[in-house]
Amino acid sequence: MNLLSKIIIPLFVLLIIFFGVKKKVNVYDSFLSGAKEGLVMVFHIAPTIIAMVFAVNIFLDSKFLEGVLGFLEPFLNNTNIPMDIIPMALLRPISGTASLAIMNDIFINFGPDSFVGRLASTLQGCTDTTIYVLALYFGSIKVTKTRYSLKVGLFADLCGIIAAFVITTIFFGQ
Amino acid sequence: MVNIIWASLIFIAIIYSFFTGNIETINNGILTHATSGMNLIIEMMPLIVLWTGIMKIAENSGLLEIFSRILNPLLSKLFPSLNKDHKALGYIASNIAANMLGLGSAATPFGLKAMEELQKDNPKKDTATEAMITFLVLNTGGVTLIPTTVIALRMMYGSSNPTEIIITSILATTISSFSGLMLDYMIRRKNR
Repeated sequence: MNLLSKIIIPLFVLLIIFFGVKKKVNVYDSFLSGAKEGLVMVFHIAPTIIAMVFAVNIFLDSKFLEGVLGFLEPFLNNTNIPMDIIPMALLRPISGTASLAIMNDIFINFGPDSFVGRLASTLQGCTDTTIYVLALYFGSIKVTKTRYSLKVGLFADLCGIIAAFVITTIFFGQ
Repeated sequence: MVNIIWASLIFIAIIYSFFTGNIETINNGILTHATSGMNLIIEMMPLIVLWTGIMKIAENSGLLEIFSRILNPLLSKLFPSLNKDHKALGYIASNIAANMLGLGSAATPFGLKAMEELQKDNPKKDTATEAMITFLVLNTGGVTLIPTTVIALRMMYGSSNPTEIIITSILATTISSFSGLMLDYMIRRKNR
């Protein structure tokens, strides 16, 4: 698996260049014109990225989530859901680095082979940072009316979180 | 929608820090987080420029079209509003493939390029089209076959079987993406 993931990018680049040369495309000029488009793209997404990183980071700094969790704790203690996974589940749609950091803490405190460790691993692998992706992709083409996209994206995330919990329980037991 | 989320994040952060006496941290945050955003852009920039350059070669040589034609039976069902040889389809196919292989840094430029192509025949430039939303649902579902970062971290913390979560991740991600696509499909049908 490791070798495959290392060889796939070089092979992909080789295939593209080889096919381009074979079809008598001026590969160098094509690269330059594409790269120029890429620069413009970076220029377009820069404000979106700064805006999102700023808002998400001061939100994390405020420790608001920890406050909410303290409030939720008595309710969750009556269920089978481990308390330590909740911050990760809540942060997953907003920030990939933040949820990764929480997974890291869970591994340190409980070990990767604990139930909560396996659940965190599954959760990290199963969804992406929905809100960030929506902001970035729509921001890059200046679409402001995003219609029902957030609703659908967050619904998919919620289903993913529930599925991760159920599947981890079935596969590894509590 | 993003508008409201963005405002709420900042609003909650600042008001809450007033109540908890955490103003010092927020104050520092406001002054430094723009730099973290800029650093992220600087990290991404060379990759985006490189991959859009490489993919331009694939576009000009027709390879991208071949690629989208292979995935066409699947893509035409997901994107009924797009023409069979729509330029965006090649980029959508590449984006999904890169995501599946866990090549996040390559997936982003393909995705941005796909959005750009979709925007070209959007009659209302400030409003998302159905195809855009379906694409983003697929994209945020993040169908990753090999979650490389997670496996590496599990290995680091001495898991007895670091890769055992591959199958649970694939199952969970499939359910997540599928339920997103179902809701998307239902909303599209209701709107018609």
